[in-house]
Parts: sequence; structure tokens; C-alpha cells
Amino acid sequence: MVSDEMETEGKPALSEKEWQPKIIAFVCNWCTYAGADLAGTSRIVYEPHVRVIKLPCTGRIDVSFIIKAFEQGADGVMVSGCHPGDCHYTAGNYHARRRFAGFRDLLEFCGFDMRRVIFSWVSAAEGKKWADLVNEVVGKIRELGPFKEYQNLLAQSAL
Amino acid sequence: MSRIGVFICHCGENIARTVDCARLAEESGKLPGVMVSVDYKYMCSDPGQNMIKRAIAEHKLDGVVVAACSPHMHEPTFRAAVVQSGMNPYLCEMANIREHCSWVHTDRELATEKAIDLVRVMVEKVKRNQELFPIRVPITKRALVIGGGIAGIQAALDIAAGGHEVILVERQPSVGGNMARLSETFPTLDCSQCILTPRMVEVARDPRITLYTYAEVEEVEGFVGNFKVKIRQKAKSVNADICNGCGDCWNKCPMKKIPSEFDAGLGYRTAIYVPFPQAVPNTPVIDREHCLKFLKDKCGVCAKVCTRGAIDYEMQDEIIEAEVGAIVVATGYDLYGIGKEQPNERWKGYGEYNYDTYKDVINGIQFERLLSASGPTQGEVRRPSDGKVPKSVAFIACVGSRDPEKGIEYCSKICCMYVAKHAMLYKHKVHDGQPYIFYMDIRAGGKNYEEFVRRAVEEDGVLYIRGRVSKIYKDGDQLVVVGADTLSDSQVQIRADLVVLATAMVPHKNAYEFAQKIGIACGSEGFYSEAHPKLRPVETMTAGIYLAGACQAPKDIPDAVAQASAAASKVQLLFSSDELEREPIVAKVNEVTCVHCRNCIRVCPYSAIDDKEIRDRHGNLIRMVAEVNEGMCMGCGTCVAACPSKSVQLAGFNDEQVFAEILALGHE
Repeated sequence: MVSDEMETEGKPALSEKEWQPKIIAFVCNWCTYAGADLAGTSRIVYEPHVRVIKLPCTGRIDVSFIIKAFEQGADGVMVSGCHPGDCHYTAGNYHARRRFAGFRDLLEFCGFDMRRVIFSWVSAAEGKKWADLVNEVVGKIRELGPFKEYQNLLAQSAL
Repeated sequence: MSRIGVFICHCGENIARTVDCARLAEESGKLPGVMVSVDYKYMCSDPGQNMIKRAIAEHKLDGVVVAACSPHMHEPTFRAAVVQSGMNPYLCEMANIREHCSWVHTDRELATEKAIDLVRVMVEKVKRNQELFPIRVPITKRALVIGGGIAGIQAALDIAAGGHEVILVERQPSVGGNMARLSETFPTLDCSQCILTPRMVEVARDPRITLYTYAEVEEVEGFVGNFKVKIRQKAKSVNADICNGCGDCWNKCPMKKIPSEFDAGLGYRTAIYVPFPQAVPNTPVIDREHCLKFLKDKCGVCAKVCTRGAIDYEMQDEIIEAEVGAIVVATGYDLYGIGKEQPNERWKGYGEYNYDTYKDVINGIQFERLLSASGPTQGEVRRPSDGKVPKSVAFIACVGSRDPEKGIEYCSKICCMYVAKHAMLYKHKVHDGQPYIFYMDIRAGGKNYEEFVRRAVEEDGVLYIRGRVSKIYKDGDQLVVVGADTLSDSQVQIRADLVVLATAMVPHKNAYEFAQKIGIACGSEGFYSEAHPKLRPVETMTAGIYLAGACQAPKDIPDAVAQASAAASKVQLLFSSDELEREPIVAKVNEVTCVHCRNCIRVCPYSAIDDKEIRDRHGNLIRMVAEVNEGMCMGCGTCVAACPSKSVQLAGFNDEQVFAEILALGHE
């Protein structure tokens, strides 16, 4: 715990202007949410830029949630649930997978930068995987920078 | 306007070390609709909970957000606390600022920002939460047990002993299953029939058990506590109420050369028959495919000799409908048919063993029949081809099992034990005979199992050869078994009078179709899937349906009986209350906007959504909509995302709530 404090002390104060990636994650209650809990109980430190929204199952995730997240200024969106075959509800994740496959194609067709939408499977036992995934995604979004294209389009359409 | 209270927990230092709780409380207090926002060292402690309870009364709160640990940890605690203040538990939500925040981040400022976001998300959600009430479903306290082998019998007896009605359905004309065909059982060598038949008689005699033999389950509808089943009672052509089982009919039946299924083809039966003398019920059935009366409209001898007039050639199949609250599936196993003909492409069979061609290459269950006192040889070991007593017998273990090349990867579990038993029993009957066992490993895990195998080697002189058999061919009236001995690194040839193959246990051949019919899941091998491999081994993923015996995985008698009793106790547990209480996180259809596209019906993993007719008061059909059965819905929400007209919503996770959560993150 001492080292934690020292690390915090060493860092410069967050400047008001500095851009921080905003990432919204839609996760299922049984696998990925519990996996993220495990990362916590295992004290695996990872990037603090992801905001988790818990749903019962990836099958519940409406693709319009993803659009809405971008509309609200997200620079990246994550979707994660139980591994295929392990769904708490038997088959919800299969429906999600199929739905997202079609959705991906549609987004791609619209010229959407698909690097900003990340689908993955994280089980309740994969705390480390969750932490690694978040770090990877945050790194990737940092590289890509703020999602200006979308925000600009949004601003235009508002005019 | 909402009146929300936010309660922030320091969790000692666990949260407060990384998250600035005072600032979090201050920021949360500024959120619209938040009436009170406080932080405290241990919110889950009694003083912490009392703080929440007091605030609900004082500020007339209509929603509570506890920012603390994971809801998987303390949601029940805090929901119980708000209930004590008269608040509906579903108006309390948790923001996870420990596992998802303080424990995984080190930057105090960023962690505090995140915590503020997480609280804001939950505040926006909770404003839109509705009061929800547990769903109560009545329970029909009657169980259906499918399969009358030892597992089904045990489950039926246990449930009946608990005072509940049981319907036991068996496909064959008699209960007993595979266990009734066995000679003696390892590791105690007690006679299988001697321990089983009293149980068989008991299920027939118990007034709480309704037994349907020569019957099959056709249809299962409904849900836990409220299943509706249809059972096809196949026409026995014998009136069971009149028949006294005297046996005159089958003794006089002229069709005497029909291979007996019970004797695995080694013995014969008549067209009107009971499968074995100790059958329960002791009522014969007419096998219409072999009966002259049905084939050529001749004979009719059985009707003539029956003094009670029990024979009824006009009898039709009958559909019996029943309501049950729980189902135990105990449909048992088949043996891997090792011949050239295979039911699927994965299974390759063992053509090189010539099981189809040589009469003296038999499988384990056939050898059981040869050993059994009620078998075709009255328990004398005589080989099928010429009735000679074999002086050497080669037993081959793992035929089909643990052989991915041939299609089955798993271990059939019981073969090591029954092969040792077979060799032992053979030696007990043919003192000057020599048993050989070809094996891969000996897996004798079980109470007194290893000791049993040692006894076979040390006391009965069974010769174990570690290696696989590559082929079996005929030489004169003997069979030459060619194999490897991997311990001496040499080829071996054994001249045997009889070869017994320990073939793999496989699911019943219609297992997959049956699983589809009743709505449970199968693994890739076709064995039925339990809800959790360790913690819920007798439940299926379908509430109210339980598993017992070898339909779930290969298992021996003690394991099958243990699982049957476990399944029965689960049924008793379900039947211990009059109503089932379920979490109200279920989907609901808005009938006004539903256009009946049936998307939700198609995607529901639980078949919980059905068509509903809307009729006017004259009974004319106006239109169709979808309807969710609350008893079956498990609340995954797949239907909600699939609905194009947004007419299905999931309580607790409706679109309004989720969009509010997303909007809460878009504040800047």
C-alpha cells in the first residue's frame, strides 16, 4: 500500500486540458463483470479510463447502445461476455455474436473506424485477461486519439 | 422529481486509500435528484446500514445508491437493509468503486473521477428503477421419472418416500434396465437381480408411484413446477388389469425364434413375451412386428389359451396427459456397436475385431448374459457358436473408449472393473480355464475397487497383458488374438475360444432428439449436460429437470444410485414449498406495439416466449402478439435486443435505464 501512495505522489497533477480516452464497456453480469471483480480482488492494476455498464447478458446488448455511447463522446466501446459455450443463459452470447457480426459489417460499410469497437470474451476466472484487455484497448485508443471524426459529423448534423 | 440517497463506503482503507471519498460525496450530492450524499467508514456494518435506513425515512428517499464493493458481494445486504425501511429492494443499486476502481487503479485523481462517473451512472439508473415484486409460481407436487433402470427406480422410490406422487415411464415392457441383465456386480459380487428385483417390485407396489412400462414420453411443455407431459402408452395387446401373468400365452406362442433383446441376441423369445422371468410388471406384450396374428392374420393361439380373456388384438396406443412439477431424466446408456455399421460418421467401429462375423466375439453385456443364472445358458459359460465351454477367454478393454481415432475420447469408467469381474467369474465357473485381459491402464478408483482387481490377479490367476489388439482372426475353431505387449515390448498372439470386448458406453441412440424434445442440453458426445460440472451435478440448465444415472456420463451402479438420490432430494427441495419464488428480472411484451414478427420467440434460449391470440369479446381473432411466460423467463434480455419495435422490455434493465446510464457518461 505504501508503494501505491508513492506512485501516486510521483505523478504530476492531472492538467485540466489533458485529453483522456473515454471508453464505455458493455459487459455481462456473469462472466466479464465477475472477471473484472476478480481483477480487483487480485489487485491487478490497470488503466482507469473504462466505464463499465453491467447487463445481464451480452444477448441484451442492443447495437444502438454502442451508437449511443459514441454519440455521447466515447472514443472506444468494448463489448465483453462469456466465452462461446459458457453463457449463463445457454445461448445469449451466440445471439450477441451473430448480431455483432452483422453490425460490424454495417459500421464498416459506413466507413466507421472499427478499431474503436472491441469485442472479446472474458470469463469470471480471467481477471488478468480483463486487465490486459483494458490496457490494450486504452493503449490503442490513445494511439488513435479522440474520436473527432464522429464528433465533427455529429456537430455538422446538428446544424 | 426523484429523491435519491448516495451512500459512499470507505471499506476501511480499501476504497478511501485510492478514492477521495469526501470529494466523491460532495460531487454526488450535486447530482440532480440526489437529496443526501454521505460517506462512512464501513457502510455494510450495522451503523452504516442504520445510516441508510434513517436517511430513507428522514429524506423520504425513493432510490438508494450504495457506492462500495461489487454488487456480487453486498447487493443482497443493502437490498435487505432498504426493505427494513419499507423501500422496495429493486430501488437500491450499487456502484462498484472497490473491485472495479480503488483496487485496480493507483492514480487518486483519475480513480476519483471514475468513481464519480460510476456513481452518476447508478444514480441515473436508479431514478428509472421500478418497484419489482418476486414472481410466485405454483408447484404441482408430482414428479415424472423417465427411465426405469436402477437410477430411475431409485429416484422414484426416494421421491415417493418423501410423500409425493411419481410417474415412472419405461420404454421396455419391464423396469430394471441394464442392471437387470447383469450377472454379479463388482466389487462385492452380489447377484445383480437379487439386489435389484426387490426394488423393481417396490416401485410397482408403491401406491404413490404410477408405473407406465412399454411407454415413452412424447412431449414436455411448460416450466419448473408446471410441466405438462404427454406419454405414449404403446399398445401391449394384453389387458394388464385382467392378465395374471400365468405364462400360458408365451408358452404356446409358435414364434419361438425371435432374438431376445434382453439376452443381447444370445437367447430367444416368443412374439408374446415378458423380457425376463422376474419382469415387473409381469404382464406380457405382443411384439406386433413378429406376431403371426398381425403379420398374416393367422394363429391367435394366445387369445385361445388365455383363460382370462386378457388378449386384445384391437388395442391402440394411448396418449396419457399429466401435469408434473419436476422431471428426473434417467434414460441410461447403450453400448458402442462395434461392427461395421455405425450410426454416425465419427464412429469408425472395429471391423478388425470381426464382431459382426465371428459368433464367438461378443461384447460385455452378452458375456453378462452367459454368466447369469437367468441367461440363455442358465449361467454356464458356453460359447455361442457351438456351445463348448471355452478353455481360454481373451477380454479386451477400452474397445471404443479413449480412442479418438475411432470416435470416442472419453473413458467409459466401468470397463476396467467389469473386465476384472468377468475374468474372475469365468475362472470361478471354469476352473481350468485361462482368462487374458488386454488393457491400456487399469482405472480402479472407487471403494474397494483396486483391492478387487488385485484379487483377480493374485487369487484367480487372471493374466493382464498391457497393450492393444490389432486384429482377431479365426484358426480352426479358435480365435487368434494378435496384439502388442508394451511391457515386454513384443508382439503377442493368444489362442482363445471366446473373445469378450469391453465396448464403450454411449448415450442412448435417440438421446439427442430426446434432449431436444424435453428442452435440455447435450454435450458433444450426446450425454446430457449438468448445470455445473462441480457444483450443480444433478440439475440441468432447465429449471425443474434433473439428471440421474448414465444418461449424464458413464457411471457404475453406486454412482448412478447416488446421483438418483441426489436428484430426488432436489425434487423434494422444490416440492418443500407450495410456491416458487423467482427474481422478477423477466421480460414483458407490450401487446399494443408488438407486431408479432416472432424474433423474440426465435431467439429465446428458454423457449419462454410464445404466440398469444388477441380476440374480441365475440371470440374473433383480432391479431397475434408474443407473450413471455414469467415462470420460464430467466431474464437474459436477448429478446429485448432482438425486438425491432422495442416492444419487449426486461425489468431492471429496460432501454430507458440503459440509455440513461450511457447518457450519464456523456456529461462533459
